Amino acid sequence: MPAYEIEIILNRQLADCLSIPAFITDTKGNLIFYNEPAETILGKRFEDTGEMPVEQWATDFKPFDENGKQLSPEELPLVNTLQDALPHHKTFWIESLQGKNQKISVTAYPIIGRTGKMSGAVAIFWKSTDV
Amino acid sequence: MKIKLWGVRGSITTTGPETAYYGGNTSCADVWEDGWLLVLDGGSGIQKLVVDNQLANKRIDVLLTHLHLDHIQGLGFFKPLFDASMEIHIWGPASSTRTLHSRLSRYLSPPLFPVLIRDLPCSLTLHEIGNSTFQIGPFSLQSNYIIHPGPTVGFRVTGNHSVFTYIPDHEPALGRNGMIEDEQWMSGIDLARGADLLLHDAQYTAAEYLNKKGWGHSSIDDAALFASVAGVKHLLFAHHDPARSDEALNDLYAAFQNNNYTFKNELAREGMEITLP
Repeated sequence: MPAYEIEIILNRQLADCLSIPAFITDTKGNLIFYNEPAETILGKRFEDTGEMPVEQWATDFKPFDENGKQLSPEELPLVNTLQDALPHHKTFWIESLQGKNQKISVTAYPIIGRTGKMSGAVAIFWKSTDV
Repeated sequence: MKIKLWGVRGSITTTGPETAYYGGNTSCADVWEDGWLLVLDGGSGIQKLVVDNQLANKRIDVLLTHLHLDHIQGLGFFKPLFDASMEIHIWGPASSTRTLHSRLSRYLSPPLFPVLIRDLPCSLTLHEIGNSTFQIGPFSLQSNYIIHPGPTVGFRVTGNHSVFTYIPDHEPALGRNGMIEDEQWMSGIDLARGADLLLHDAQYTAAEYLNKKGWGHSSIDDAALFASVAGVKHLLFAHHDPARSDEALNDLYAAFQNNNYTFKNELAREGMEITLP
């Protein structure tokens, strides 16, 4: 199996140092790494799951807007980033593992190295303090 | 494939009796196959490189891992550049903002150097590379960006029957917990996998590295771990710290030998010649 681009490797090493949840995907949306704070959102440990195909991990989130309407994948920042290779940000709600609604902000950015080719994307989550 | 090391010192030249055995010249190696010559890096060691009548043609290819001064400082003293009959190709890592010509010209121009690149009499061609594969005579080459400050590549040189991997500046352990021992997550591993010979950065001791994270270099222990995961047959520890004397290098290596790696390993030494099958 060939190694990931160094931009991906360095993003993982950075995510490993962060106290905010960070998810790293390849260009297809497959989850190739998530850090310890992200494990508390997913309710899974990276050591246990390893990489996860997009259809497996995407269903773990139930995102919805302020009116309780479920958001389609096309409305989520990470999906937008994977589609247009640009950074995106959005505040919305998810259902926590304890069944509570939690307002979060998500920023996603593309990983584009010196070759100019996108090799993946990162999404960082945090509890929103937006009114 | 014949390889000769012309400079194995890191960062800055360190000439003197205390470094006479391992050598004080900065990074440079040559690789010969079927009368074709590759020159890896243009550190101060390049000035001693002898291009004699082994050359089957008038072409020499100089492959630069990156443009830090210790890897290009000898270029202006490489005699074939001043020979109008020579065809010289310089290959170096692409940047996302400036051309290779522009970046090399920062050194090869006044006030740092008296001769401009455009005034060199040889026939000179510059090639920008990244995650690339290319062919030079009998050599198949692969370059990949690796972890080191600024655009930096390592090289995998495949000759008729053997593979030499050259990664003199590399910090694969950069991160909170060091190297991730998973081939998918190791910078440079595709270049080194199964190589007959690997020359790799080993500037620091493990203790020194703790205070030098992010400087772009490896400890001798990390270099060995990298080589072990890659399954190389023979490892040369290189890019010796300029502050380390021959005696200190011997002490460093003696301490390292407590590790039980089974592949051949040794300290790179200026003037060392290795023939691969």
